[in-house]
Amino acid sequence: MDLSAINPVLLIAAMIGAATPILLAAIGELVVERAGVLNLGVEGMMITGAICGFIIAVSTGSPTVGFLAAAIGGALLSLLFAFLTQVALANQVASGLGLTLFGLGLSALMGQSYQEVRAPRPGGEPFAALEGLPVIGPILFSHHFMVYVGIGVVAGVWAVLKYTRVGLILRAVGENHDAAHALGYKVKRVRTLAILFGGACAGLGGAYISLIRVPQWTEGMTAGVGWIALALVVFASWKPWRALAGAYLFGGLTQLQFNLQGAGVAIPVEYLAMSPYLATIIALVLLSSDTSRAPGSLGRTFHASG
Amino acid sequence: MTKKLLELAGVTKAYPGVVANDAVDLDILPGEIHALLGENGAGKSTLVKMIYGLVAPDAGTMVMNGAPHTPADPRAARAAGVGMVFQHFSLFDALSVAENIALGMENPPPMGQLAARIAEVSEMYGLPLAPQRIVGDLSAGERQRVEIIRCLLQAPKLLIMDEPTSVLTPQEVEILFETLRKLRSEGTATLYISHKLEEIRTLCDAATILRGGKVVATCVPAERSARDMAELMVGSSLNTPTKAAPAAGNVLLELRGLSLPPGSAFGMPLREVSLSVQAGEILGIGGVAGNGQDELLAALSGEARSPAGSVWFEGRDVSRLGPEARRVAGLLCAPEERLGHAAAPDMSLTENAMLTGAARQNLARSGWLDWAAARGFAEQVISTFDVRTPGPGTAARALSGGNLQKFVIGREVLQAPRVLVVNQPTWGVDAAAAAAIRQALMDLAADGAAVVVISQDLDEVIEIADRFAALNEGRLSEARATSSLDVEQIGLMLGGAHGMEVAHV
Amino acid sequence: MSEVAPVANRPSGGSISGQVKRLGLRLEKRPEPSAAMAYLTPVLAVLLTMVFGGALFAVLGKDPIDAILTIFWEPLFGEFAFFYRPQLLIKGAPLVLIALGLSLGFRAGIWNIGAEGQYIIGAICGAGAALALYPLESPLIFPLMIACGALGGFAWAMIPALLRVRFGTNEILVSLMLVYVAEQLLASMALGLLRNPEGFGFPGSRNLQQYPSAHNADIIANTGMHWGVVAALIAVIFAYTLLARHRMGFAIKVTGSAPRAAKFGGISAGKVVVFCLGLSGALAGLAGMFEVAGPSGQITIDFNVGYGFTAIIVAFLGRLNPLGIVAAGLLLALTYIGGDIAQSQLQLPSSAIQVFQGMLLFFLLALDVLTNYRLRFGAGEA
Repeated sequence: MDLSAINPVLLIAAMIGAATPILLAAIGELVVERAGVLNLGVEGMMITGAICGFIIAVSTGSPTVGFLAAAIGGALLSLLFAFLTQVALANQVASGLGLTLFGLGLSALMGQSYQEVRAPRPGGEPFAALEGLPVIGPILFSHHFMVYVGIGVVAGVWAVLKYTRVGLILRAVGENHDAAHALGYKVKRVRTLAILFGGACAGLGGAYISLIRVPQWTEGMTAGVGWIALALVVFASWKPWRALAGAYLFGGLTQLQFNLQGAGVAIPVEYLAMSPYLATIIALVLLSSDTSRAPGSLGRTFHASG
Repeated sequence: MTKKLLELAGVTKAYPGVVANDAVDLDILPGEIHALLGENGAGKSTLVKMIYGLVAPDAGTMVMNGAPHTPADPRAARAAGVGMVFQHFSLFDALSVAENIALGMENPPPMGQLAARIAEVSEMYGLPLAPQRIVGDLSAGERQRVEIIRCLLQAPKLLIMDEPTSVLTPQEVEILFETLRKLRSEGTATLYISHKLEEIRTLCDAATILRGGKVVATCVPAERSARDMAELMVGSSLNTPTKAAPAAGNVLLELRGLSLPPGSAFGMPLREVSLSVQAGEILGIGGVAGNGQDELLAALSGEARSPAGSVWFEGRDVSRLGPEARRVAGLLCAPEERLGHAAAPDMSLTENAMLTGAARQNLARSGWLDWAAARGFAEQVISTFDVRTPGPGTAARALSGGNLQKFVIGREVLQAPRVLVVNQPTWGVDAAAAAAIRQALMDLAADGAAVVVISQDLDEVIEIADRFAALNEGRLSEARATSSLDVEQIGLMLGGAHGMEVAHV
Repeated sequence: MSEVAPVANRPSGGSISGQVKRLGLRLEKRPEPSAAMAYLTPVLAVLLTMVFGGALFAVLGKDPIDAILTIFWEPLFGEFAFFYRPQLLIKGAPLVLIALGLSLGFRAGIWNIGAEGQYIIGAICGAGAALALYPLESPLIFPLMIACGALGGFAWAMIPALLRVRFGTNEILVSLMLVYVAEQLLASMALGLLRNPEGFGFPGSRNLQQYPSAHNADIIANTGMHWGVVAALIAVIFAYTLLARHRMGFAIKVTGSAPRAAKFGGISAGKVVVFCLGLSGALAGLAGMFEVAGPSGQITIDFNVGYGFTAIIVAFLGRLNPLGIVAAGLLLALTYIGGDIAQSQLQLPSSAIQVFQGMLLFFLLALDVLTNYRLRFGAGEA
């Protein structure tokens, strides 16, 4: 075992990278849940985004176009969920589970001939010039464009929810859909748009895994990140900045166990690998006892009667 | 001659199986307080929903200020000058007063300016309100003020108020009436929906009476007696319940300094509640909604467990017992919310009979259910209480409010309780069913049971209760004999205008 | 979509006048759920899935009719049906066992989606008990394995159950996280504790098929009729009786239908959670144990093939009804077998079957609306 092989600066930098897919998926789901919808299909939308992004990036050679395609892919899949829950009034839990099962199958089908392919070189590090700075260079400025996009989305979601009318309407719909309807707001339209946003974010998160982090395609490669993102929304109490902090914590843990595996710590690999999932459970227990902050209409089906 | 503000001609709206409004004509003059009177199910709500753009009529015309009034949605109705205060407030508990108000406006000013406007309008109409407070923490009267101010900020020409006084103390009602009279003097018309006749006689300039979706009369309320209007509204004369003098019996139910934290985020804690009820007696508990009624019922039914020594039944401490054990002992309850609390909406009446009847009616033996017996019990409730339904296999949600309420109350009454606690037994129920329910409660007491009636309807409480206590902010007043009380005194017991004074800006 | 009709005063006729209308489909709540639709929608969903699945296969360059026939006809009536028909029971039994347990929870609004993990733990415990006693031969070994398998799954499901009852933790997320934990545990067992000492260092345990006391063999040779099938049949009767006649079954139904009414009726929400999760965990554990002792034979890294997740589809397709679940379990077992045949004969990728199964759930959920709502054509409010 050689713990000195772990460079703390590089570790922190890698943690931020590892956190990005969780963060993107979680901030999307946060918006969906603030609108009163529980979409358990995050894992399915992520993996669909991962393969869509991968295929398009490989065929165009441009990771940027790949990310765009991933967002569209995730959003298209979420449209199915929107149809089921908003039009056909299906149970949100069952529809979300269905979305995940379907997304896992669909991505495997789409990706059969991409198993051995390598993703194009990512490039696109906007602050590469500052990377040479000691300590803060690698930690703050060595990342791919999408890492900064993720943080930007958090800031944007926070500002929109807090300061804009659109955010106020979204919160109102999530809080009490009957009252929002009585005031003349289009509950289903608002929710459908939120679901699409959530799908796009999850897609981006998935593509970050397949294009930057790994970067190649394997079936089921999101390995539960979507579910961790769902848990993150709960223990972030539906607050954007807390979701950011939580994502870094979990990204950090994931990265740390990888590094410990690499350093040959005396704990069997399997037990290290299960640690992020166990940590999620522990965090849920410790931090989610107060769910009173949950949006009032979360998970409830809305149908305007007479 | 004054020009009409709103003119409805032949407005019709049908739902499957029921014509909610049948060729309704209605004229409202500017600055008029116009009462819309009728029983539950007479079509009042549907009519105002059409004026407010929530529902589109099947036929007929609406003209506002000389222009066709065809609002596609409430937004369009608001733009045309119609504001509405709902019976079940369309408010968002987790949001602030200012945010709630902004949601009801088309182009709200920035939050800072909006807060100033709220302060200004609330000052002008004597309705104090702090813009930054979270709505879930407000009293019912204050919540109504949020709705009213939300409307007034749009300077409406017509304000629709749906049963506004059902959540107010008598003193708060006076304040509301002052506000409405001030609006009248400024030329704003009010369409005032109510079934409380005395109120209408005091306040309103004109009245339109609906029955079965049709206009049966229009009149000037001050010129008609309450009894006249009641008969127009109901269409027949009513049986008033008869009450036997209570015989003093043993104390069956007693609360000793019961304190309980609230059950939900915006609930009300119970604070040192004490009461005792004797056999043969009806105790009425009045109070404005949200002052601890639900929590009190939960503490009595066993849904919420209380600290040991606080709930006593026939001299036995039942504080820690659950609903089933209390039922076995003879302490039965009927909660306010029929659909989803007292009954499971999607389940049949037989299944709902099983829900609370299993133990006392021998519908189950060592865990195995006897569905034939449950069906028999449901049929017995249906026939004894004249529940109109195709049969015990019908889903609870398919019943009308009054019929389901008769079933829910009947289910408990037929189990021969020693103590029965009911919350809002006649809320949203038509007059005939309400009279039947009240009579059943009084008969139960006459047979030696103790009955606790929690109700916001003060007339009801005075009519059937022997003693009265008021619930205010989770505290219960001393109980006093109803024969010694008038409405004014009851108002003071309910906390009077207390709620109004705490809200200084 | 909306049009503004001119204001017209039409006193008679009762037709549209003077209002903004939206033309199109409209949903109208039925006063009571439609019994006919409850039976019809699963059938419609299967037919629609065949149509759209066929389209998917066509996109993949396969003859759709041929593909559908290969999946649904070939295993039952094809040339090698004698080989495939027993497979139907082998694959159907774990699906039915798991789905029965899940359906009880789903009825009560308790979402155990971690059956895959409970299945794995049941297999590890069942196989572990046998391997600990190897090579002892005794008629008591197999019953001991059954007990250990059920207990293992039960214990694994108790984690989300107790966390939910005690801390209000979301059981969906916890039970799912435990699938990933169980998979790692499985890998660790296959590579470590339970590895076959005579296996030349290859991962995987001893093969229980070669350990007579532990082998879950066909009760009647070559029928696929092993003890797991018997257990599934017993479980169907048990679940049916529970729901129709027993207090706990009623408690489950009320809890799912109206939680506040359940509490008012005196039903303990905690007991229902523990019962539903415990029973579904035990049944999933049993399914895992019967699989490892029979068809699969050994603990390997890739022992689990997704029965725990497919069972979710089975439970919904069977309308959470024990008899419906038997039919749905056999149907999905058929898609697994037919999918395997299509894979070897038509080179249809195995993931296509997964998509096919996902589609089935979607169509079912989408059509389900017709049970509680009526579809109306014409004008409705915006």
